[in-house]
Amino acid sequence: MRRSTLFVGQLAFTLLVCAFMLVPVVMSLLAGLTRNYFQGLSSGLTFDWLVQVWQAYSPTVWLSLQLAVACALCVCVVGVPAAYALVRMNNRFSRAFEELMVLPVAMPGLASALALLLTYGQFGGFRSSWLFILVGHVLFTLPFLVRPVMAVMQRQHLPVLEEAAASLGAGPIRRFFSVVVPNCRAGILAGVLMVVTLSLGEFNLTWMLHTPMTKTLPVGLADSYASARLEVASAYTLIFLLMIVPLLVALQAISARLSRGANR
Amino acid sequence: MSGTTIRLKGCRKAFSDGTVAVHDLDLTIEAGETLAILGPSGCGKTTTLRLIAGLERPDVGQVFFGDSDVTRLPIERRDVGMVFQNYALFPNLDVAGNIVYGLKVRGVSPAERTKRCSELLELVGLQDHGKRSIHELSGGQRQRVALARALAPRPRVLLLDEPLAALDAQLRERLRSELAQLLRGLGITAVFVTHDQGEAMALGDSILVMEHGRVAQLASPRDIYQQPANAFVARFVGNLNAFSVIEHTPHGLKVSGGELPWNGADLPATVYCRPEHLRVMDSEGHLHGRLVGQFFQGAQSRLLVDVGAAQPLLVDSTDSAIHAPGSLIALAVEPQVLFTLSS
Repeated sequence: MRRSTLFVGQLAFTLLVCAFMLVPVVMSLLAGLTRNYFQGLSSGLTFDWLVQVWQAYSPTVWLSLQLAVACALCVCVVGVPAAYALVRMNNRFSRAFEELMVLPVAMPGLASALALLLTYGQFGGFRSSWLFILVGHVLFTLPFLVRPVMAVMQRQHLPVLEEAAASLGAGPIRRFFSVVVPNCRAGILAGVLMVVTLSLGEFNLTWMLHTPMTKTLPVGLADSYASARLEVASAYTLIFLLMIVPLLVALQAISARLSRGANR
Repeated sequence: MSGTTIRLKGCRKAFSDGTVAVHDLDLTIEAGETLAILGPSGCGKTTTLRLIAGLERPDVGQVFFGDSDVTRLPIERRDVGMVFQNYALFPNLDVAGNIVYGLKVRGVSPAERTKRCSELLELVGLQDHGKRSIHELSGGQRQRVALARALAPRPRVLLLDEPLAALDAQLRERLRSELAQLLRGLGITAVFVTHDQGEAMALGDSILVMEHGRVAQLASPRDIYQQPANAFVARFVGNLNAFSVIEHTPHGLKVSGGELPWNGADLPATVYCRPEHLRVMDSEGHLHGRLVGQFFQGAQSRLLVDVGAAQPLLVDSTDSAIHAPGSLIALAVEPQVLFTLSS
């Protein structure tokens, strides 16, 4: 079958765009594995840089993971009841609150961080602990959990399910945990993965909020780009991608399942 | 299972937009009785049910279960079982999980829960369906699970909100008689809301007809049908023939098309009867008219007979004879099936 010229043109354009976006990633990955980037691949491949990064920066990896998990927990504890309250109220106030919640996402991270520093900077113990960064991350990622959870809640006919639970003797708290939460599991899971992903990669806020003792992975990355060999920084990127890509794949799978559920 | 008397004393409920859903309602439902609340949409029947359930709180008035005032109690402390219009089964639990939910909340032991669950599955005829997911059930099965779930904690009162409305006609008919049998057998006080007069008649020991948030009539199904309190009730529970009285004669009432037998003391301006109470005669009858329409409906046929009044008379006849269009029809009527209405 002969393809039209238009098809060939479109295919070429698509491949070009893909290449434009993917080649830098591949280059970076290769750089992290090349013995000497300036001599090119002919200098041979090595895991030395990865080892070196791990020796110098492994604390940042652990701190980032710790932050991401803690952030997901906090956002769940705050966000799920918040989403529930917003869906139930559904008035002018709740819509205004929803907008307000998105503000830290819309604002430059540096500005939010500065506001946090101005307000809480004088509490030395808090300022120098990783909890300070956690607060920033929670502020920034909260809407990314609340939004999908709200969407699922609005779809699930929750009010009548709750009335059913109440008619069977369940009080408000029991209803929340036995009816509301289980029926929003998919939304909560999608939100949590999004929050973990965002928290792992967050740089703007973190860069302002960190101390030399509380460096996260992205901050360490910036550090290594500024001070170490290009190969080290690239190897660092490789480690970051190894962490984040499985998360993104899971996120995609869940949102596919969610949209299937919506069509049922 | 024994029932509780339910009493509503002067209950009024208005919504935030100012519409009054229920006006000063006084109502007593005897223990073990099944009450059908019947009316068109927006007549306040669902609100009345929700007042009894505790899902709404009356603005004025009190609700009593037996001797205790439950007006201030939320639904979860009223010990009622409720079947919702779309069943509201928990999609995250399987059939058995739904049925034992109320038992779990009450802290019933797992062994006891399993026992009660199989009892109820048997009661509603779903013995092998305990492990099924809610999504795998048909509409009729969901209805039964909803009923089993409501009955599991042995509630004092069973409330049903349009329990059969979501089903197709044939299934509705079958489940209606099943449900009637079940309610009689349990002897539980039950209240259900419906807009279907056939359902109300089949299921209710008594029927409360509501109109614009007020009681139009509260009586047995037979009385509602044969002695409706007003024109609204009469028309809502069935078809109606109206006869305008032209003059009173010594033996009856002269109307368009003939003379009706009448032995009442009062002399009404209009009298009514149901379509099935007009009998088609061979020659002699009280009324005579021309056939203008004939509709075969299976067990019976409906005839439209023009007697010279504004509307043709409706006649439901079990006689399968086919009459030629335009032929003369003689109709007979017994005096006791005629009734009058206060408008």
